[in-house]
Amino acid sequence: MTNGKPAVRVKKLDRATLLTIIVIALVYVLAFVLEQVMPSTSMLFTVLKKGATYALVAVSMNLLNGFTGLFSLGQAGFMLIGAYTYAIFTIPVAQRLSVYQYYDGGLIQFSLPVLVAVALAGVFAALFAFLIGLPVLRLKSDYLAIATLGFAEIIRAIFQWDKIGLLTNGSNLLRLFPTFNDFNIRNAQGEVVLHLSTLVPFLITGVCVAFIVLLINSSFGRAFKAIRDDETAAEAMGINLARHKMLAFCTSSFFAGVGGAMLAMYANSVQAKSFTTAMTYEILLMVVIGGIGSITGSVMSSFLFVACSEWWLRFLDQEQVWNGWKVPLLRNGFRLVVFSVIIMAVVLFFRKGIMGTQELPDLFRKRRKLNGKEGGRS
Amino acid sequence: MSENVLHLENVTMQFGGVVAVNDVSMDVNEGEIVALIGPNGAGKTTVFNVITGVYAPTNGRVSLRGRVIAEDHPRGKMRKMYAAGHLGEYPRSVNNTPDRITRLNMARTFQNIRLFKSMTVFDNVLVAKHMHLKANFFSTALHLNAREERRMREETMELLRIVGLENECDEIATSLPYGQQRRLEIARALSTNPSMLLLDEPAAGMNPQETEDLSAFIREIKDRFGLTVLLIEHDMNLVMDISDRIYVLNFGALIAEGTPAEIQSNPDVITAYLGVAEE
Repeated sequence: MTNGKPAVRVKKLDRATLLTIIVIALVYVLAFVLEQVMPSTSMLFTVLKKGATYALVAVSMNLLNGFTGLFSLGQAGFMLIGAYTYAIFTIPVAQRLSVYQYYDGGLIQFSLPVLVAVALAGVFAALFAFLIGLPVLRLKSDYLAIATLGFAEIIRAIFQWDKIGLLTNGSNLLRLFPTFNDFNIRNAQGEVVLHLSTLVPFLITGVCVAFIVLLINSSFGRAFKAIRDDETAAEAMGINLARHKMLAFCTSSFFAGVGGAMLAMYANSVQAKSFTTAMTYEILLMVVIGGIGSITGSVMSSFLFVACSEWWLRFLDQEQVWNGWKVPLLRNGFRLVVFSVIIMAVVLFFRKGIMGTQELPDLFRKRRKLNGKEGGRS
Repeated sequence: MSENVLHLENVTMQFGGVVAVNDVSMDVNEGEIVALIGPNGAGKTTVFNVITGVYAPTNGRVSLRGRVIAEDHPRGKMRKMYAAGHLGEYPRSVNNTPDRITRLNMARTFQNIRLFKSMTVFDNVLVAKHMHLKANFFSTALHLNAREERRMREETMELLRIVGLENECDEIATSLPYGQQRRLEIARALSTNPSMLLLDEPAAGMNPQETEDLSAFIREIKDRFGLTVLLIEHDMNLVMDISDRIYVLNFGALIAEGTPAEIQSNPDVITAYLGVAEE
């Protein structure tokens, strides 16, 4: 069974990992090529852009809920902070007067490069996470979930507060900042010569997810999993619980903040009231459907989820007539009914989600897959 | 005499009105195997939890190699309820979390095995090396500390070889047979490089053969790693076989201390275990 195992087990670039890298590279090439040849109004690109955004947030939530065992529901709050940070720092100075029309152009009269602002979005979200984490991370399971949920609601209310309108524009929209479409390269006539509006979000998500994957496979990732499996034992093995929970919480929030910035770019505008609890639940659903503890699962289910809700199930919302026969039930809102039923079915019958705790390379390793199933969690 | 390693002084642990551990003083010296025995509910595991920082003692002091790792006195409501002695002798308040105590080279195992369920045997032992990690968060996450990671993996493999689990290293920890899970838990504790090892009922649930193997195993690792061992155990064969000295706890208080031969003939101990014959 264990014949031929090297004496020292250092992870190497094996065949499965190599295949995984090739598959991921192909997806990127495909996204790039499709964007050049297909009309940019196609629903596909909407799904890909939004999917990439949600994939990052879902993976960041999985890092916390799936790998560290901290059941937090503050994701929408951290996305809000990220989205606002990005928007506030990137609106061009010339446009500020029209955006902050009730606040004399707002407080900040400069704008930062897009990628700097995206990174800053993550930093601010992580900073808030640190402050909130100090009291909140002492709580366990459901209590932590409720506390973080409460935090997200409070943040949403505060950002709409009139008194800080100089910064946040009160309850009004923030808009006119650079969006995904601004990544397209245009010629002097304003025609797009190279479409990058899908590739760039893919790249941002790719880099962030790659970091999370590396983190999970590092010594810190093992410590996180140890905390998830047994807090008492992890502490007895010299793992400082407070410090490691805080690290996981801040890292997760950092990427939720970056995801928030991406959502702002996707939606072209930011308004605090759209970052509802329902958004956190949607992300939680993606994590659960994908498989708690599987990065691959989270990414796949994010795209599937977005595709279903935005595209594939759209037809359910329109009345349709086939050969003079009016299909029953199809009307506005029916999509959500079907969607809920699908979700219930998944949660009831596929509790491990699409991937369980497996990752993409595991699919290329047949034998290990079997081992994992036999000895996996019961 | 050899050097003192662990020293408990008048340790009392009181939960509300219940005195779980009452004025316990004990010593464990370098290189000894000391057993702590007693009937069910005598407070043995509570003593362990005080030593390892899970509980702060209500009153008393614990020191490890001369360094005070826990010291406290009754405070708040407990001041009125306090039912044991030596009040006012421990004015300081010293607390250490369990992870800090492990980093002072004292590792423990648990009465009900607490392995990391979803992780492999190898990773279970490897994760205990995390506390020695020198690289910071970012260089670790980006895998820039390859040499350190490699050394950790080598040490882990070496340890697994010593405890005889090298062939199981890719199995999920909880899929191992019971006896091997115990062994793995000890290996995981050893992985933190302790000089003092606390074993909480290592033979619980083992058959006589496994128990015999275990006592040989404990002796072997003690010699190989130069350990001092304190163990809680119900299995008297194991206790009498490997202990240099034994402490007996009953209703939270120490009732006897001595070599295995002395304990076996101590009338108080026999009464505690078997009860008093009625007239």
